[in-house]
Amino acid sequence: MKTQPLIIAGRTFTSRLFTGTGKFSSAALMEEALLASGSELVTVALKRVDVSDTNDDILRHLGHPQFHLLPNTSGVRTAKEAVFAAQLAREALETNWLKLEIHPDPKYLLPDPVETLKAAEELVKLGFVVLPYIHADPVLCKRLEEVGVAAVMPLGSPIGSNKGLLTRDFLEIIIGQSKVPVVVDAGIGAPSHAAAAMEMGADAVLVNTAIAVAGQPVHMAQAFQMAVEAGRMAYEARLAVPVAHAEASSPLTAFLD
Amino acid sequence: MSFRPIFEAHNWDDVKASIYAKTAADVERALAAPRRTLEDFKALISPAAVPYLEQMARLSQQLTRKRFGNTVQLYVPLYLSNECQNICTYCGFSLDNKIRRRTLSSVEILQEAQVLKAWGYEHVLLVTGEANQTVGVDYLEKALHTLRPHFAHLSMEVQPLDEEEYERLIPAGLNTVLVYQETYHQQDYKKHHPKGKKSNFHYRLDTPDRLGRAGIHKMGLGVLFGLEDWRTDSFYTALHLDYLERTYWQTKYSLSFPRLRPAEGLLQPKVEMSDRELVQLICAYRLLNEEVELSISTRETPTFRDNIIRLGITSISAGSKTNPGGYAVAPESLEQFEISDERTPKEIAGMIRRQGYEPVWKDWDTALAPAPI
Ligand code: SF4
Repeated sequence: MKTQPLIIAGRTFTSRLFTGTGKFSSAALMEEALLASGSELVTVALKRVDVSDTNDDILRHLGHPQFHLLPNTSGVRTAKEAVFAAQLAREALETNWLKLEIHPDPKYLLPDPVETLKAAEELVKLGFVVLPYIHADPVLCKRLEEVGVAAVMPLGSPIGSNKGLLTRDFLEIIIGQSKVPVVVDAGIGAPSHAAAAMEMGADAVLVNTAIAVAGQPVHMAQAFQMAVEAGRMAYEARLAVPVAHAEASSPLTAFLD
Repeated sequence: MSFRPIFEAHNWDDVKASIYAKTAADVERALAAPRRTLEDFKALISPAAVPYLEQMARLSQQLTRKRFGNTVQLYVPLYLSNECQNICTYCGFSLDNKIRRRTLSSVEILQEAQVLKAWGYEHVLLVTGEANQTVGVDYLEKALHTLRPHFAHLSMEVQPLDEEEYERLIPAGLNTVLVYQETYHQQDYKKHHPKGKKSNFHYRLDTPDRLGRAGIHKMGLGVLFGLEDWRTDSFYTALHLDYLERTYWQTKYSLSFPRLRPAEGLLQPKVEMSDRELVQLICAYRLLNEEVELSISTRETPTFRDNIIRLGITSISAGSKTNPGGYAVAPESLEQFEISDERTPKEIAGMIRRQGYEPVWKDWDTALAPAPI
């Protein structure tokens, strides 16, 4: 069985595993792991690459036709800075796709919902395909949808924490009511977390730390690829669920007899 | 953006076939699922779900209590006019019926309102036929102004209007609009609505989108059972609701379940929907959607209504008259359809209490709506 492809802003992805490029011990290892992951959307921090250098170490290793680059604005603290960074990224990397990340707090890197909404609105008007990184906040997701983002990327748990889907209840609401794809981002620390997100009906997951800092990043990348596929396949095949037995009392429908 | 492309992507016969093909295993999966999809809903309204009715009813009761507590809201219709330029094969107000037509004046509206106030009502549903000359948007606006100071929540069940017209009526005090598609079967819709503005299927289908864009607080959907296969029609209603909730996410939604009732010059229902089937449908909607309000009118019998409020219903009418002036001005004029439950609002409130629920007369305040102009 082949799982359904994912379409974001008119672009089709066969892999629902999105990856990041930070924290690898070398660019070569990153390249090997990302190739092993089967990922087709790879986020890269504008702050990490030297866009004036065509031979930049990271970018050089991402030059495969299957990789679609998703620059992110990691490091900015306001909407204004984000818009500026986005324009730089668009010019340098020749893509209007953008992972919008605004975290004024340097400790937990938690996204600022107010600035993110403001920036998203502006960037959509400027022609960007905006994928905002946000809290698992269902109302914020609807507000972002209304300003025209291409997908939403709610966090599963604090970024880099590897704690998995601590926001499960809110993710369920977001997935249940979203009109745009939902990509669970941040906190996914194990393939089982990724599979769980996919089983819930998330459209994709974004994984970075868990692959980059694994003992064997290439094997871990493959494990994530399999987990994401398995989770998606399970979702499409429709899971069997535990049966809740309703408590016995006098029948409610006896009046129909 | 509108519901239309989604509607057009679904073929009536295919939808119907897929509902009737559902199996017991599909129903069991739907019952056990933590969140149910539209496919699960199909299983729950399918013939395969009939043996699971008691289980559905228990779940529906639990979910309704979780969201709404032990309360039932009360509302009452206020018929303002029986003039109508349309021919609808099932309605007593249809243009081809030779009945005396009348439209209430502001003074008469207030007379009617006094009776409803005395009964304790705060939620009133204004109803008219479709006669744009006499009961167009100017008349409706005036009626809202007349009633606004006296009631907490005003709903309207009249002809579909343009977006700008809704934008005009909302600040005048309009809180909720009910607009039933009657049937989503496009070809047969024409047969039931041969003449008048209502024969424009698409204008009606697009109405919830116009309401959503205009920013209405609540809207009610539904079909008229008796015209077409109720299962297929109900699936389309669920599909419509799903789209609307995602799109106009700040709006509240309610569903109603009118079954064809005897009326002057009425055709015989093409399909009969039994009590058992209606219970199945109500429970299926609740299992699909924990938040939607489910409403039942006095079209139904006392026994049915007494029992159904424990199964998922959240609002109910009582004491209803379906003729303009029926409460005070002209009690003997011809009604739109016969009602089945003749009990007074007080009796209904007592019945609700005996079932272990609180009758809620007021659940809104004008202070929460856009300021009346
Ligand atoms: S259903 Fe409405 S539009 Fe049709 S005849 Fe009756 S009042 Fe007129």
